[in-house]
Amino acid sequence: MRYVHDLQLLVTLTHPKDDFQEELVIRPLQSGDVYASFQFRTLWETDFMKGNKVSHYRLFPKSLGQVISKFSVRELHISFTQGYWRTMQWGQPFMPSPPGAELWVWFQDSVTDVDGTWKELTNVLSGIFCASLNFIDSTNTVQPSASFKPLGIGNVTDHRFLRYATLPREIVCTENLTPWKKLLPCGSKAGLAVLMKSEKLFHSSFHSQAVHIRPVCQDSECTTTSWELRQTLNVVFDLHTSGQGKREWSLFKMFSRTLTEACPLASSSKIYIDITDNPQVSFLHNILSLKIQAVVLGDRRTFSVYDLTEANTFGSMRSLNLLIRWKSSEGDMLRPLLHAERYVAGYGLQTGEIHTLMYNYHPFRSFPILLLDSVPWYLRLYIHTLTVTSKGKDNKPSYIHYQPSKDRVRPHLLEMLVQLPPNSVTEVTVQFERALLKWTEYTPDPNHGFYVGSSVISALVPSMVAMDTNNTKERPLFSSFFPCKEESSYFVRIYTEPLLVNLPTPDFSMPYNVICLTCTVVAVGYGSLYNLLTRSFQIEEPNPRLAKRIANVIRRLRGVPPLA
Amino acid sequence: MKIPTLLSLFAACFVAGSANIEENVGQFFSSGHTNNWAVLVCTSRFWFNYRHVANTLSVYRSVKRLGIPDSHIVLMLADDMACNHRNPKPATVFSHKNMELNVYGDDVEVDYRGYEVTVENFLRVLTGRLPPSTPRSKRLLSDDRSNILIYLTGHGGNGFLKFQDSEEISNVELADAFEQMWQKRRYNELLFIIDTCQGASMYERFYSPNLMALASSQVGEDSLSHQPDLAIGVHLMDRYTFYLLEFLEDIHPASKANMNDLFKVCPKSQCVSTPGHRTDLFLRDPGSVLITDFFGSVRKVEITTETISLTDPIKQVEEIAVHGEQEKETYSYVDQLPVSEIIHQKPKQKDWHPPDGFILGLWTLILLVFFKSYGAKHLKHIF
Repeated sequence: MRYVHDLQLLVTLTHPKDDFQEELVIRPLQSGDVYASFQFRTLWETDFMKGNKVSHYRLFPKSLGQVISKFSVRELHISFTQGYWRTMQWGQPFMPSPPGAELWVWFQDSVTDVDGTWKELTNVLSGIFCASLNFIDSTNTVQPSASFKPLGIGNVTDHRFLRYATLPREIVCTENLTPWKKLLPCGSKAGLAVLMKSEKLFHSSFHSQAVHIRPVCQDSECTTTSWELRQTLNVVFDLHTSGQGKREWSLFKMFSRTLTEACPLASSSKIYIDITDNPQVSFLHNILSLKIQAVVLGDRRTFSVYDLTEANTFGSMRSLNLLIRWKSSEGDMLRPLLHAERYVAGYGLQTGEIHTLMYNYHPFRSFPILLLDSVPWYLRLYIHTLTVTSKGKDNKPSYIHYQPSKDRVRPHLLEMLVQLPPNSVTEVTVQFERALLKWTEYTPDPNHGFYVGSSVISALVPSMVAMDTNNTKERPLFSSFFPCKEESSYFVRIYTEPLLVNLPTPDFSMPYNVICLTCTVVAVGYGSLYNLLTRSFQIEEPNPRLAKRIANVIRRLRGVPPLA
Repeated sequence: MKIPTLLSLFAACFVAGSANIEENVGQFFSSGHTNNWAVLVCTSRFWFNYRHVANTLSVYRSVKRLGIPDSHIVLMLADDMACNHRNPKPATVFSHKNMELNVYGDDVEVDYRGYEVTVENFLRVLTGRLPPSTPRSKRLLSDDRSNILIYLTGHGGNGFLKFQDSEEISNVELADAFEQMWQKRRYNELLFIIDTCQGASMYERFYSPNLMALASSQVGEDSLSHQPDLAIGVHLMDRYTFYLLEFLEDIHPASKANMNDLFKVCPKSQCVSTPGHRTDLFLRDPGSVLITDFFGSVRKVEITTETISLTDPIKQVEEIAVHGEQEKETYSYVDQLPVSEIIHQKPKQKDWHPPDGFILGLWTLILLVFFKSYGAKHLKHIF
């Protein structure tokens, strides 16, 4: 008995405790564009927190593991996005993200100085991802009081340990993709990551790459936890710029590469193609594909699955290239139930008004949404002008949390829980006044404008189809990101557009102009006065002109008196 | 004193002439540096300054190709051209027209970008005085045996270089920064290349030893750009850096080309401006300095014949968690939008204000004191 027990222990010791899965989901969109979503997940059963110095890293990247243990991070979510997700044309994304860079972190209970740790964490992440995240400081960090609950497991949620910041101006380019690819176990050499070529990925309408770290349940009893690292990359290729106007896409056309093998370190490597709207999928050789149904974002969709770990997927050519063709008339896009817009109204450079519109397209159900607005201090909000109206009538929010801004220290934070009536538009308006910055605080290109980060709307949207609440069953990665607690609704997070406002900008060439003008005025004014006071006049015989002189000479010769 | 040195020299010559490998060893240790660093800065913002970013990226590309790794390169680009919305070919920066050569590539790491490229950050990188939380990739961690290549490009004038259209660095500041580096033993030898208008004015004020400088134009001359690309719509490169890139494309890590070849790059016939150089502060003869001393990263390998015995691999001591005896804590996922909990949430501690009654009492006291001292006749003005 004892020997069997020891043998079992030995087996568990040598069994690797980390696991890597990769998948690619391709969904043809109603507008003719194609949405491709890569997800890479590494699960690792280890304990960064209990003081053990973890030194042997296998699939989990060492740079992120060190960040987690050094800064006592419980959850970390960072995303870099170029472009804005058009909900009405493309539907809901699997992983939402706002334009620019977004970072939100839950720290462990043991952290004593959360602000100091946050500052150091942003600096370290700016080095890892080659982004200017060091611009995140107290002027753009907020501490939401009800939004952004942890996505991983946890029993206590004290919002003192949460920090959220966005940098809407952040650019995403190959220099951010390069370190992101280096975090993958196979790098960009094998598996699905070979498709990630920057020249194609950035020539798109929408590009978003993100890293999500959180603790998850290992099994259904949920007594042990493992750390999950998800790296996601969402791209939407445009019909006209990349597709030449034809609804015919292949892997080679999208990524200029074909697949040759799965990542050897991956336990599962799959491609899912959304065939709910009956696109024709063809390939170079006959391969059988599994068809599965999955409930994602409140809708039951059919996917055709290609498993790259099986050798016969690649056939004799040893490469996989899928061709997807579909017609625009087939299939009706499910209208997204929740949509939001935001814009600035008003004229001039002194005041303005921010309008946020939220559309509830459900015919008979109303649901609550949580709106989070973080406005920089240089737009001074007048909260007494805040109005929330639905269908023309006043709609009082059931929860409001407002933290006023302090000049140059912290931004405005407004969080509201609003019930959206069915089939309606809810409008939130608030007036603001623009501040005049100090001359050193202007960016080198102040006439471009100043960005205000996107509003975040978190909602539990009623679902048409029963959602799957079993969180530990084997599910495709794209459907298991947000934990599902009840069957009748699913959680979404929507981001509005960021705003671009002009602040009163001084003319920076003025000092030079002022000096020139002042010197000219002083010279002309003082100079003339000085001349008038000190100049003395003497009468002088004018020098006769040449003609007169010649005439005088001739006159003298003649003997006639000369001219005057 | 002289005769022993002469004798030792003779002995050295004999020893050196005997074997080829000895000659190469001699060549290795003539430069005295053990590692290479590069600081490449582009200081211009806006789409029409595409050529400055292309300049910097072409030097970055050459330096990477010749062996300096990303961890030893500090690349500062003041604006993003590759993913700029005006770029007809995103994620590319071309140096030759007809889009022949993409200098941006697929494997690029920019350390300082956008608004981070300021005079203050540049000087802090050079002198090493960075805040403690700065990550390693943003630091110049050179020591006294490092050869550093510094490349600056942008818009400049007589004695200054403009950073991002809002500030400038003067040649005096730059010279002082290099002196600080010398005093803190942060470099062994330093090569300074600048491609701006009137670039030679920037190295006029240097006074620290072991500095060699090259500029694309003399004082009073403008550096000109090379060729526009009609599809992209801007000039792609500056002339000096274009011919410098062509010259560097022929260099490989084992190349023996020296600095005199570098001084001949881009004569007046090709560049229209007169490139200049300064070597009076440099201790070695420029003819003996290899290009790869600054642009490449030649690792010195020491071959040893002694044997080293490796110990047995250290066994990882796995901590066996004691299951069963401990009470297992069940975890669960957090409710993402707990509506009832949010509505009944205790409001956060507001800033303390004195109670309302106190303020009322205070004002009553003030009014009483006022009327007592100045008389009750003022009361009728208020009521």
